[in-house]
Amino acid sequence: MEGIRKKRILIADDSEMNREILIDMLGDEYDVLEATDGEEAVKQLAQWGVEIDLVLLDIVMPKMDGFEVLSVMNREGWIKDIPVIIISSETLPDIVERAYELGAVDFISRPFDQSIVHRRTTNTILLYAKQRKLTNMVAEQIYEKEKQSGLMIDILSHIVEFRNGESGLHVRHVHVLTELLLNRLVQITDRYPLTKQQMNIIATASALHDIGKIAIPGEIINKPGRLTDEEFAIMKSHSAIGSEMLNSLPAYQDEPLVRVGYEIARWHHERWDGRGYPDGLKGDEIPIGAQIVALADVYDALTSERVYKKAFSHEKAVEMILDGQCGAFNPLLMDCLRSLAEELPEQLRLATAQEDGGREMRVIAEEVQRHEELSVSNRTLQMLEHERLKARFFADVSEELQFEYTVSPGMLTLSGVSAAKLGLPEMVMNPLTNERILSLIGRDGMEALSSAIHAAGPEKPVVTHECRLDIDGRPRRMRVVCRVLWSDAKPTRYTGVIGKAIDIRDEQEHPDALEWMASHDSLTGLLNHSSAKALIQERIGLRPDAKYVLLIFDMDGFKSINDVRGHLFGDKVLAYMAERLRQSVRSGDIVARVGGDEFLIFLEYKESEGPAVQRLFRHLTCRFEDQEIRVSMGAARTEELGTDYERLFHAADQALCAVKELGGNQVCYYNKNMKDMLSAVSAIDESSPSIRRERREE
Amino acid sequence: MNLKECYQALGGDYDGVLGRLRTERMITKFVLRFLDDKSCESLIGAIEQKNGEEAFRAAHTIKGICQNLSFDRLYRSSSALSECLRGGWDDAAVALTEQVKADYQVTVDAIRALDA
Repeated sequence: MEGIRKKRILIADDSEMNREILIDMLGDEYDVLEATDGEEAVKQLAQWGVEIDLVLLDIVMPKMDGFEVLSVMNREGWIKDIPVIIISSETLPDIVERAYELGAVDFISRPFDQSIVHRRTTNTILLYAKQRKLTNMVAEQIYEKEKQSGLMIDILSHIVEFRNGESGLHVRHVHVLTELLLNRLVQITDRYPLTKQQMNIIATASALHDIGKIAIPGEIINKPGRLTDEEFAIMKSHSAIGSEMLNSLPAYQDEPLVRVGYEIARWHHERWDGRGYPDGLKGDEIPIGAQIVALADVYDALTSERVYKKAFSHEKAVEMILDGQCGAFNPLLMDCLRSLAEELPEQLRLATAQEDGGREMRVIAEEVQRHEELSVSNRTLQMLEHERLKARFFADVSEELQFEYTVSPGMLTLSGVSAAKLGLPEMVMNPLTNERILSLIGRDGMEALSSAIHAAGPEKPVVTHECRLDIDGRPRRMRVVCRVLWSDAKPTRYTGVIGKAIDIRDEQEHPDALEWMASHDSLTGLLNHSSAKALIQERIGLRPDAKYVLLIFDMDGFKSINDVRGHLFGDKVLAYMAERLRQSVRSGDIVARVGGDEFLIFLEYKESEGPAVQRLFRHLTCRFEDQEIRVSMGAARTEELGTDYERLFHAADQALCAVKELGGNQVCYYNKNMKDMLSAVSAIDESSPSIRRERREE
Repeated sequence: MNLKECYQALGGDYDGVLGRLRTERMITKFVLRFLDDKSCESLIGAIEQKNGEEAFRAAHTIKGICQNLSFDRLYRSSSALSECLRGGWDDAAVALTEQVKADYQVTVDAIRALDA
């Protein structure tokens, strides 16, 4: 099993210290390989292949840099199977973009944060490991499915033949004859445009032609003498019955094999002149597959011995058919039969010789007839295992909290991810009175949920209930959806609940969590700079003649707030400001966090932007807990600067710098004298948003 | 001096590094390992030979390590130097290297004074 082997990580970084820090963070759980430059990394990859589960890759390295390593991984096709996380200190957008383009799956920016390194590594490995497993599994299932559908048809048709007391060769012969006739037919006419695949399906489905005979009493099927009219009517019903059997397979109606099988089972006794049964179809109203199988069936019946007749010779049989003694057939098929007549006996003899392998099948068929019920097969176990794995996988990658509750014993089971999120163990005994659970949901909340569940009945077993959960000390609105379970035995007894809880805010705002995460700042939930930029450019592109203003603001003295009150407090201030910002803009405005404590606002206006900007400024000047918050704001308008985004941003940035020079706490518009000012915007450090890097000088 | 004092002396962000690396033990281990790092020597050598590419890599390595250890002061000067050298040799690098050397010395002195 793959699970036994420790997952293996390749760390490629030229700095030994950096490698060691990562090894310290990950070494307990993973086997670690090291590479001191790109060349070594490629060597290790070539040597270990997919036994490497993840590569942590630096960009700037001697001999061969990270990009070159990625290029090699692309060329060799390794990038599909081995995920790469970039660990470079490079954060320039074009570098990040290029790495993503070359197939990197994630970035861990420096400085390394133990929990982030750990989480991203584990998540990426888990995701890929499951993908690999699932890929194998799907491939296996498809193979199995094909093999087994062939096998099932063989078994089924042999069961029919045993009931019919036939030699067991009939199905095989009909199959071979059908194939021969089909091939000849498409050679002599293009009236029936059949693809190779359709021809294969018809040949395979021919095995199902007499499947309805399962429902005909054995005395009639195996009656040596002539059938009475009544018996013959019953016998004739096998074609309609067979088609009904296939029609009532609810799950497979779209399978071509089932559709063609239906046609063949139903209409293989129809005749070209409309004198067949059950529907009296005429000419090409009868599907071509059924026409061919009908002819093959007749020929093989004539040339085989049956309880009610001796076998006719090949020549005699062909003569009888061409003569119309067995009903009328498509003239084109008569041509086929005529031209095939010479080779038919030899072809059938060959098919019979190959049939030796099929003896096994007859043994199975006999077994199947003997046993009413099959015991739990290996395949069922496999499917159960598959379902279990699937459930676990979806629970792991889901953002939902998934749980299961049993009344007796009183026990709450949480999925691994849910437990981690709530800070609870995966199993909690007597949750209704458990202090930690009650502190999450509250006593009132628990009572409300309980009564919602108890109000459900078997006619309406699914309960949807909204409640508040305190997760990480922050109240969240959750929607709990659960299925109430009762015992089978009467009287039914309430036995438990399975369900999930969804963060409703998440649901409303971010339908696609992954996409959302990539475009938003994790601390404040606002857009990040690159997605805001894309959105703004799109907006300007849509209406280039409208008037826009781009504002950048930051908080005065935020660094000292951070230093004096600590980063946690700083983070709370940032989150608070983001929320305040969200509340103070219109729905069409664009807001983003673009630096440590710098935020961007992009507004469209009609006459003058002045009142809106002043209103924003006043609203953002506020108080959080006991902390006064003042802001400085730089503004740049497309009216003066045109619609180039970089130019606008740069101008607003410089205006912000100018405000700072003047002591802050006001709004300042860009003017030409600011050209030589430096940038005020600092980079966001993804891993620890409130820690500010030094100001970038660009 | 203790680890916190050491960080003050070398112009680093003690709270930041503690938040990320979690334990004093781990921080101390890597802070001490900084003394063995040869990047600064390589940097000085490369600057003397005006080898822009190697000097860039060395400065970049120092920058990366400083980032991880939250040695903010040395991070700033090494970062400025590596940006200066990103496009190849630049004469301005010589002056920036002096700043790196000075900050490196402050850093190393502070670490040597650590009671560990």
